[in-house]
Order: sequence, then C-alpha cells, then structure tokens
Amino acid sequence: MFYREAGQFKTSYAADQTVFPIVQDRWGVAAMVAIAFVGVPLVASEYMLQAVLIPFLIFALAAIGLNLLTGYCGQVSLGTGGFMMVGGYMTYKLTTTFPDVNILIVFVFAGLCAALVGFVFGLPSLRIKGFYLAVATLAAQFFLGWTFNKVGWFYNYNPSGTITAPPRELFGITITGPTASAEVRYLVVLCIVAVFAMMAKNLVRGRVGRSWMAIRDMDIAAEIIGIQPIRTKLMAFTISSFYCGVAGAMMVFLWLGSAETEAFDINQSFLVLFMVIIGGLGSILGSFLGAAFVIITPIILTNAPPMFGIDLPIDLQKHIEIMLFGSLIVFFLIVEPHGLARLWQIAKEKLRLWPFPY
Amino acid sequence: MTENTRKIGNTLLRVDDITLSFGGVHALNGVSFEIKEHEILAIIGPNGAGKSSMLNVINGFYHPQKGTIAFEGRERKRMRPHVAAEQGIARTFQNIALFKGMSTLDNIMTGRMLKMKRSFLWQALYWGPALKEEIENREFCEKVIDFLEIQAIRKTPVGKLPYGLQKRVELGRALAAEPRLLLLDEPMAGMNVEEKEDMCRFILDVNDEFGTTIALIEHDMGVVMDISDRVVVLDYGRKIADGSPDAVRANGEVIDAYLGVSHE
Repeated sequence: MFYREAGQFKTSYAADQTVFPIVQDRWGVAAMVAIAFVGVPLVASEYMLQAVLIPFLIFALAAIGLNLLTGYCGQVSLGTGGFMMVGGYMTYKLTTTFPDVNILIVFVFAGLCAALVGFVFGLPSLRIKGFYLAVATLAAQFFLGWTFNKVGWFYNYNPSGTITAPPRELFGITITGPTASAEVRYLVVLCIVAVFAMMAKNLVRGRVGRSWMAIRDMDIAAEIIGIQPIRTKLMAFTISSFYCGVAGAMMVFLWLGSAETEAFDINQSFLVLFMVIIGGLGSILGSFLGAAFVIITPIILTNAPPMFGIDLPIDLQKHIEIMLFGSLIVFFLIVEPHGLARLWQIAKEKLRLWPFPY
Repeated sequence: MTENTRKIGNTLLRVDDITLSFGGVHALNGVSFEIKEHEILAIIGPNGAGKSSMLNVINGFYHPQKGTIAFEGRERKRMRPHVAAEQGIARTFQNIALFKGMSTLDNIMTGRMLKMKRSFLWQALYWGPALKEEIENREFCEKVIDFLEIQAIRKTPVGKLPYGLQKRVELGRALAAEPRLLLLDEPMAGMNVEEKEDMCRFILDVNDEFGTTIALIEHDMGVVMDISDRVVVLDYGRKIADGSPDAVRANGEVIDAYLGVSHE
C-alpha cells in the first residue's frame, strides 16, 4: 500500500540508473544503514556481535567475492578458502614485518596478494569450464593450505604454526588483537564491507559487470562483440580473489584473533559457495542474504528450543539443528532455485500491487 | 533502391581466396568476393553451402587455412574476433545469441563495450568520468531502442521476450556498436510475414539512415531479391554466382544448385 512507485518520474538517465530507483527503497536502505552503524553498536551484546554479526559481515564479503566470479562471470570456484587464507596469512606477515603501516592499508595489500594468487589459479579457466574448472580450483585450496603449513616464513617460524593478530590501532583506537572491543571491531568490519559491497555493485552495473555476464551467458557472442574472454575471466578471478583475501584478513584480525590453516579449509569454500547459491547467483544482495541464512539460521536453531522451555540434550540439539538446516536448504532451493534474492524481488513486485492486484 | 545504388562506394571488405576445412570437410573452397561500402549484400545458397562459415571467417572466429581478408584495403593479420570488432564489424546470429540473464538495455549496452574505455577502478567508483561515459553510452543506446521501437521492453530480461522481439534486440545490440559492416545471419528465420516486413524495414532504414554496409544470409528469396543490391551465391563451399538480384535469378548454375540437377 505504501510501496508504490507511481508518480516517481525520472528525468535523467543518471536518475534511472541509480541502485535504488524507488524512493521507498532509498528510505529503507538509509534506515538500515543507520541502524547498522548507530543502533546495533549501542544495543547489541558482545555475544551478538562476536558470534553473529561480525562473521555474517565477513562471510558476506567473501560471498560477494565468489558471486562476482561464479554468479556474474559464470566460473565455478572451490578455491575461496584458499584465497581467504592468502589474505589472512599475508596480513599477518605484512603487519609483523611493517608494524607501523596502517592496518587498513595492510588489508588492501594482503587483498592484492590474494588477487595475484587468484590470477594464477584463474589461468586454467581459459581452457576448461564448469565442473572441471571447479576441480582445478580445488588445487588452489590444497596447494595453498599445504604452503602455509609448510613454509615457516609465513607464520614467522613460531612453533605452534598459528598466526595471532597483534594489537593495531586506527585513529588511536585499538581495532585488532585481544584488547579490541567487539563494538569497535564490528564497526571496522561494517565500514570495510559497506565500501566494498558498494564498489562491487558499481562494478556489476557498469561495463565490467556486463562483460562478465556476457561471458557467462553466451561466450561466443561476447567474443564477437569484442570482449576478450582471457582478459575478462582473469579479471573476474583477480577481483574475486581480492575480495576473498580481504575477507580472510578480516576473519583473522577482526573476528577470530588467531587462526591456523584449518580455519580456511575446504569446508569454508563450500560454505561460501552454498551462501552464493542459496542467496542468489548474480546478486550482491543475494550474497548478504545467503551469508545471513548460512550463519544465522544455525544459531537461531540452537537457541530456539531453550527459549520455548524445551530442554534437550546438547548432542540431540546439535543433530536436530543440522537436520533442520539441511532441510531448509532443500526447501528454499525447491521453492526458488534462483535464491533468496529472487524471492525478495518477487515479494517486492507483489508488494507494489498489494492490496489491489489488478 | 535506385537511391541506394547511387550511394555505393568503394570496397569495404575484400575476401580473397578463402579456404576453410574441418578435417576432411571443405566448408569453403577458394571463395573471393567484395563488399562495397553502403551496399546490402545477400549471401545465399542451399543448406551447408558454407554461408555461416563465411561470416564466421569474416568475424575472425574461424581461421581459414588459406586466403586473406582485407578491411578498407588493410589486410588483417591476426584472425581474432576482437580485432574484427574493433574494425567495426558487428554481427547477429542464426540462433539467437543474446545474453539471457540480462535486460534488453544491458544487452544493447554490452554492444557498446568497445566504446567504453574507463578502467575498472573508475567503474568501481561509478562516479565522475565513469558515470559520464555510462550516461553518454546510455543516450546512444536509447537512440537505438527508439529506432527499433522496443522502448517498452527496455528493462525486461531478454529470456522472457518472444522470438521476434529477441531478434530485434539482437539487431539492436549489433547496431549499438555503430558498425561499419553489419553481418546478419538469417535475420528473418522463423518469423511471420508481419515480423519479416518489420525486419526488412529496419534493415533498409539502417542502411539508409546510418549508411551501414550490410551483408546478410537469408533463405527467403522474396526478401533477398527485394532488398539486396547484390547477391553472392555459394554452393558446396564454392562461389557460383555474384551479381545483381536479377542476374543471379537468371543464372543457370544457381537454378541448378537450388533445384538440383542430375550429375550423370
């Protein structure tokens, strides 16, 4: 009833090409951003931030990275965990070597390292497609895991083989390490994710995104238009790995505090791939929805029975959680194979006509 | 038609002695012809004559074993699709090759890929020069959309459009590149009479208004004879006739190729 675009006329192409062309959407997004930046840090508990919101944002960024590659450019990758690992380890190496450099700049450089690695592991995509490419990118996952375990240089030869985030400051406030408060880390993560999500959205609605989608949808026609598949695919791999690298860096430094290579194993790659598929391939919003679903649903399922006063043994509760989660995935994929983002879009279209759908 | 013929200029593209084979199959065998500026050239021939292969060679998609292609007198050294695209050769396909997941507008904008130069860093900001470039190209695309009368489906995903409209969007995508030479592979296949008439009108208008040179493959002889200035006939990978529609229609070898002749 209130969600109408009647009477909202666009008088320029710039106005027509904004991300949220409908005024109600703009208000909604502005409200959400305000809540995320101001409301949440004031209200949310330590547990809420540390166990729910920070991982949600970090995985959302990784999912955006994979979505650029898989959803937009159509190149399936199972190397996400590996690229995140590069981000995490390189941040550690760089910030311990150059302790005076601003940690945000270190994040960017670590992302660039991951981008370079992604470029190299993207090279097979020039010859192979689909599932075969997915298997080839598995090589990245295992090779990188092996490298960071074996080569002591990356973790400064410390005997445990663990990398630990040293305390680093930003504008005089400690943002990493054991002394940083959850609120501060949440805000830093939120800023980084917001900026990169915006940039990803800009990329996919411009020339670069169109060239990716052209390669995904019909590579022969794309080539004849003048898009060079080599350049386009490698660019997708590079930018996607950059995103994953930054996500990995944040995972160690702003969430976990310390990590080993096991934190970035093949399960993480699958997890991010599930987020992208459940959220919606080829949608930035879908990356957020998918990450929210995968991260938050298990937590709700864990906390729901005690809230209703049902007292279950822990192991049974865990099993029920896994079963429910699995069936929810199946349910959503049957209802809408194009993911939660498409469901949201359909809901919005219905809402435009509600309550007089004619 | 007479007006069109008057405008015809110099040779735009010269195909010389092209031979293309896949294993033992000779798709093209020493084919040579010219496409002159501003003309509408029809390439006809029975199924399997090598017409689509010829277009693929001109596009740089197939690599002929022998022969050369010269665009505006300059011989093409590297047979690569993007080289052909940069020279100003655009193309539509026999089986629609649109980007199904994208809207009509995005498909047409993709056609302007080579006109957009800003790096991805500017694109990521979507501001300043990148935004200006996007808007300028959008303006051109809107002209194409206007021309093809597809304003109403601007934001519709092309996968949802009916066949005739998809063909039109594909033409739009080719036109967005502002091509010097437009290759149309069976632009009217599978259309009803009305849609065919529309498409003919668009082809003639493109030729007339923008002066675009057009080479088209078509099986509908009525259309071919009506709109083309010149007709090249291929059969079994060889060129068997080249001339005005009337001359080709009267050519004995062409009639044999189409109606079949006993080779005893």
